[in-house]
Amino acid sequence: ETYGHPRLLFDSMLTSIKLPIVIRAEINLVLVVVTALGLLSRLYGINFPKAVVFDEVYYGQFVSLYTKQVFFIDESGPPLGHMILAFGAYLGGFDGNFIWNRIGAEYSSNVPVWSLRLIPALAGSLCVPLCYLLVVELGYSHLTALGAALLFLMENSLIVQSRFMLLESVLIFFLLLAVVSYLRFHNAQSDSPVRLAWLVLTGVTCACAVGVKYMGLFTYFLLLGLAAVHTWQLIGDRALSNVSSLGSVVLMQVVSRFLALVVLPLLLYLGFFYVHLTLLYRSGPHDQMMSSAFQASLEGGLARITQGQPLEVAYGSQVTLRSVSSKPMPCWLHSHKANYPIRYENGRGSSHQQQVTCYPFKDVNNWWIIKDPGRYLVVSSPPRPVRHGDVVQLLHGMTSRLLNTHDVAAPMSPHAQEVSGYIDFNVSMPAQNLWKVDIANREAEQEVWKTILSEVRLIHINTSAVLKLSGSSLPEWGYRQLEVVGDKIYKGYQPSGVWNVEEHRYGTSQEQRERELELHSPTHIDINRNLTFIAKFLELQWKMLTVKHEDSEHKYSSSPLEWITMNTNIAYWLHPASNAQIHLIGNFVTWTLANLALAVYVLLFLSYLLRRRRKIEDIPEATWCQLLQAGVVCAGGWAVNYLPFFMMEKTLFLYHYLPALTFQILLIPVVLEHLHTHMLRWVPMTRLGLGLNPVTLLPFS
Amino acid sequence: MAKKECVAQYKDESSMLRSRRDKMNTGEQSPVSTHHESTQEENTEDDRLSEGDSQSLNGTSAQHDQGIYSPNNEAQSTVFFLLVVLLSFSTRLYKIMEPPHVCWDETHFGKMGSYYINRTFFFDVHPPLGKMLIGLAGYMTGYDGTYPFLKPGDKYEHHNYWGMRGFCASLGSCLPPFAYLTVLELSQSLTAALITAAVLAFDTGCITISQYILLDPILMFFIMGAVLSMVKFNRQRYRPFSAPWWFWLVLTGVNLSGALGVKFVGLFVILLVGLNTARDLWSLLGDLHLSLMDFGKHLLSRVFGLILLPLFLYVTIFAVHFVVLNKSGPGDGFFSSAFQSRLIGNNLHNASMPEYLAYGSVITVKNLRIAGGYLHSHWHLYPEGVGAKQQQVTAYLHKDYNNMWLVHRPNDSDAQSGEPDLVRHGDIIRLEHKETTRNLHSHLHEAPLTKKHFQVTGYGINGTGDPNDLWQVEVCGGQKGNLVKVLRSKVRFLHRATGCVLYSSGKTLPKWGWEQVEVTCSPYLKETPNSQWNIEDHINTKLPNISLSVLKPHFLEILLESHIVMIRGNSGLKPKDNEMNSKPWHWPINYQGLRFSGVNETEYRVYLLGNPVIWWLNLVSLGLYVVMVAAASLALRRGVQLDKRRIEHCRVLLEGGGLLLLGWLLHYVPFYTMGRILYYHHYFPAMLFSSMLTGITLDTLLQSADLWLRPPYSHWLLRGGQAMLFLAILDSFYMFHPLSYGMRGPLAHDPDSTMAGLKWMDSWEF
Repeated sequence: ETYGHPRLLFDSMLTSIKLPIVIRAEINLVLVVVTALGLLSRLYGINFPKAVVFDEVYYGQFVSLYTKQVFFIDESGPPLGHMILAFGAYLGGFDGNFIWNRIGAEYSSNVPVWSLRLIPALAGSLCVPLCYLLVVELGYSHLTALGAALLFLMENSLIVQSRFMLLESVLIFFLLLAVVSYLRFHNAQSDSPVRLAWLVLTGVTCACAVGVKYMGLFTYFLLLGLAAVHTWQLIGDRALSNVSSLGSVVLMQVVSRFLALVVLPLLLYLGFFYVHLTLLYRSGPHDQMMSSAFQASLEGGLARITQGQPLEVAYGSQVTLRSVSSKPMPCWLHSHKANYPIRYENGRGSSHQQQVTCYPFKDVNNWWIIKDPGRYLVVSSPPRPVRHGDVVQLLHGMTSRLLNTHDVAAPMSPHAQEVSGYIDFNVSMPAQNLWKVDIANREAEQEVWKTILSEVRLIHINTSAVLKLSGSSLPEWGYRQLEVVGDKIYKGYQPSGVWNVEEHRYGTSQEQRERELELHSPTHIDINRNLTFIAKFLELQWKMLTVKHEDSEHKYSSSPLEWITMNTNIAYWLHPASNAQIHLIGNFVTWTLANLALAVYVLLFLSYLLRRRRKIEDIPEATWCQLLQAGVVCAGGWAVNYLPFFMMEKTLFLYHYLPALTFQILLIPVVLEHLHTHMLRWVPMTRLGLGLNPVTLLPFS
Repeated sequence: MAKKECVAQYKDESSMLRSRRDKMNTGEQSPVSTHHESTQEENTEDDRLSEGDSQSLNGTSAQHDQGIYSPNNEAQSTVFFLLVVLLSFSTRLYKIMEPPHVCWDETHFGKMGSYYINRTFFFDVHPPLGKMLIGLAGYMTGYDGTYPFLKPGDKYEHHNYWGMRGFCASLGSCLPPFAYLTVLELSQSLTAALITAAVLAFDTGCITISQYILLDPILMFFIMGAVLSMVKFNRQRYRPFSAPWWFWLVLTGVNLSGALGVKFVGLFVILLVGLNTARDLWSLLGDLHLSLMDFGKHLLSRVFGLILLPLFLYVTIFAVHFVVLNKSGPGDGFFSSAFQSRLIGNNLHNASMPEYLAYGSVITVKNLRIAGGYLHSHWHLYPEGVGAKQQQVTAYLHKDYNNMWLVHRPNDSDAQSGEPDLVRHGDIIRLEHKETTRNLHSHLHEAPLTKKHFQVTGYGINGTGDPNDLWQVEVCGGQKGNLVKVLRSKVRFLHRATGCVLYSSGKTLPKWGWEQVEVTCSPYLKETPNSQWNIEDHINTKLPNISLSVLKPHFLEILLESHIVMIRGNSGLKPKDNEMNSKPWHWPINYQGLRFSGVNETEYRVYLLGNPVIWWLNLVSLGLYVVMVAAASLALRRGVQLDKRRIEHCRVLLEGGGLLLLGWLLHYVPFYTMGRILYYHHYFPAMLFSSMLTGITLDTLLQSADLWLRPPYSHWLLRGGQAMLFLAILDSFYMFHPLSYGMRGPLAHDPDSTMAGLKWMDSWEF
């Protein structure tokens, strides 16, 4: 016999310790061999090529940012994947200094290519023994399991994907581990601590899979469904508990499963974000996408400016007002010395007063002064805070025009009112410059307007219009800045109608010239503010899920239908001189076999199902259950990881198919073994394949 | 042996005989279904009840079938049914003529009804049945199709609009009676049916949406019709192949085709019926007394009634649509050139031109995208900073002499004599703009809007240019040497020098490009309609003209094309970024309605918004239902001892409620995955299911009052609860009825308003 016993686990549990302490271990040599082969195929020469290969250019940026602990936001997935890659960088001592801008760019000497690629490659190689274990856990023979491992081993698309700094192999590793540990848990007989450990491991790996890519959710839900069915069977098992200890065993089981498979993954998922936010504490390139409060919690950037600002907005405060909506881009309420054109290109007229816009860059023209109507412009001592419901005027710092709106159609959105800096042209167009402060996220009436924290609506007194970002840009005459309008049919909470104070200081100068100087100078004074972790998490998660990036065509993008037929490939790398190439393309034989196996499985399943319904039992009950379970895991795993892509609108690539493919490959040996033991059994009886199958011939001999 | 006899008996006996035998066997009114009985005769009745599996549940249903229809009950339910019909018609037909102007989407569907009367071709994203019925209703009631339906708020004046509104309202009035019958059938409880009927009859949303010329009442009529006939059909389970069995089966099929014929939302009810049928067949298959032959009969009859018949009717609807609309109209541009040649008044109708593209021909080239324009150029250059400053090439949606292009060989300058050569797949050609004599040209400058593509220009003069003017003709799906057929061939133009393909992005150019559509050369060689073109006009005096009627597509091609156009049109309805749009989670909580008519204080305002009391009741009931069903299934699963009545409640919750919950999910959840723009009224079909579920849930809850109260009190609670429920529904209807029947005067935030104090949510706009 070339292979040993299936269990790698210690044979005897250390339940009672007796001297001498002896550990007897059985080692499955097959498992060792396939692991070694896996390591060899995935790790051999991974530092070639010493150049950026395909999506390394994408993940690399984040690894660099991690090593520098600079905050970033990546909408493609949760942070665990990036963290794992960054851990590789940490091991290799990468300093993060590399410009990730071009596929094929040569790595400089400071980039530890080997250790960057090590972790994905390790994960990819460990998938090989996991495949073996999974098939064994499904109840199939070791030969079948070996077949599964070898098929997985020799799938070149998986090899390619494992050998570079990419995340798919890590994802597949966690997926397989989750399935294996759940099956271990399910197959274990007694209620031992080891069984519980497998359950906990299932929860942990599910969380990790989801933490690497959202795609992990599909398999997680599949496992949850499987666990739910198993639990339902458990509940129905009336032998389990009699009336006296009603449901106690059952209840324990249900609760422990719920804790391990639902609560634990949720907590771990939060944990990933906690680590992510703790590690990345410096401000960086994506700050602008976050709210002012979030930015203020990062070191450098906005925090440097806002640190030490007064908290309460008072009459006479000098502020910049940032739109809470970051669509189409983050911007600040702005005005400048230019008027609306008398007539627009389409012939409509305007008030010809000073333009008020929203400007996506920091600028001295973003400063406004909160003014008590009919009073001075400086902050009294002590400062009089502005509260919810107060009526204020907003004076533009550099031009001293008051924020005004009136019944004139806005330039780009004619259904809304124009907002202007009021200029009196003496044309019976009176100033309408009173605004009511409406704090949207107030906790109490009479709440004070707070810097950064308060989300404020400015409601016009005369027309009850709300100051709002319309979303369109002004043409040439408005310097392509964003249009700001007064919206009369404002309803509910819309981020585009809500503003918060970002930079803030108490104004001290009465004179216009002094005030201008004051506006140009940076702010100071010190107060400390922090967001809670949960608030940060919710904001970051929401941004990640809602950030839309433009539909981009890609040379190598493909549609899900092209994946099953392998009608597509991706050139990962091309040597500029020698024309040496690395391609992501599948093993044609494996893909064909996998598709065939799936088709055969579906046929077998349907025919058994229908015939069993008619009480014709071709195979014993146990075999049927085994086949069903294998189907749920392998065919189900394929389906949940493949079919959802038909509904996605994002740009898709061949590598998105790899998790589905992994499960599909496992189906090949499973179907083969089933055919061998249960279909070919009939062959000797019809005297066609005599001698083909020694196992089934045994009864006749 | 004994078993065999049993089977034989089973086959011979009629259902009546069987049920009588059941009674004799058990010696009392037996709760046993026949097949159950014959397989497990040794089981005692108690065993079966405590088993709690689906079979014993079937058993009790059989018992109930016999029990409930005592003459007294039947008379009572008929009286209530008539009451429901009366209430429903009176609430919907009241003030049907108000307001006498176009409301909301009447501007579309009224207009489309008129198109049918005028037989003018148009394009809409929905299948035609709803608009055809509207048109028919208008025609029958004397509307002549002359009213333009320009925009909401236009007065109808002397035009006859009551017929169309009345028709929609009548169909809408059928919903509460249908729901009443369905729930009565599912729960066998008069109270549950009455709660449902009251909820629907007094819901302001359902009333408003039924009162105008819209597709929704028609759609919901067919959906509810399908559900009702499906439930009635399920009921005939014990009398297969009888006349009523066939009747309900066929009626289900007819309603399905009707629902799908009005809107694609009908697919969801088809799915519901499909799942129900699959379950039905599954249980038939498991019934070993039924021979495979009988099972085959069952299967085939359902295939006929629920697949073939609806398909045939659906296709017939389209056939009528195409036969009726035979004149050219506003919808022409959405369809391919071949399609347009069918329409009287279109320039391609009865036209004749050479069949195959030849050198020396003058042609127009049309993009295959929906509403894709003609390849166009004009005497204007690209402005400074936009690629090379050469002549613009665009796609233009209208017919124009600037759409004409000349087909040349790469190097020929003078025309040949005799028969011109035909252009073949793989040939290299040069396209010269007829008016300006520039060549179609591309080069490695970025395109004006789609930055990853290359710019396409007009270049050269009098046909002399450079190698960047050469394009290779490729017939899609063709091989080297294939000819290019006018109208029918899909052609791509590959740029020789850069290898990119001529492409129309669909983006509109700014002012300098006269707001025409951008044309680029795309380096991504995927075959998409954007990169495919066809030859529409073709003038070549040296070739014999053939009549285009030979190129007319046949019916199946038209059918396919119009579906592709509809589906693309549907997914093309994208929400605009900066507009507040309705989200699916808004709907069940009644977050925001739709303005049907009027905005400000002086106008007559109608606001589509569900009666909040009813909608929130529905929402609470959904939650209650989930809790109750979980409790019921756990109790059954753990084998808790339950009495007959309780088991019957569990059956109603699990089977009847389950069906309705499935219906609600199918009509609601898919909207979360839709990328198209969504409106509040999309929820109404789901709301029907939710209301029926409310009836069943609340009734069962009140009936189970004795679980936590002793008998006299529990009975009081039951009656009191029912009375409270009906009072609450009636009172809220009285409060909110102006939403449907019109409001004037100040808006709700004003204390003088008729609706003062009723604006319970800030997001409501009345």
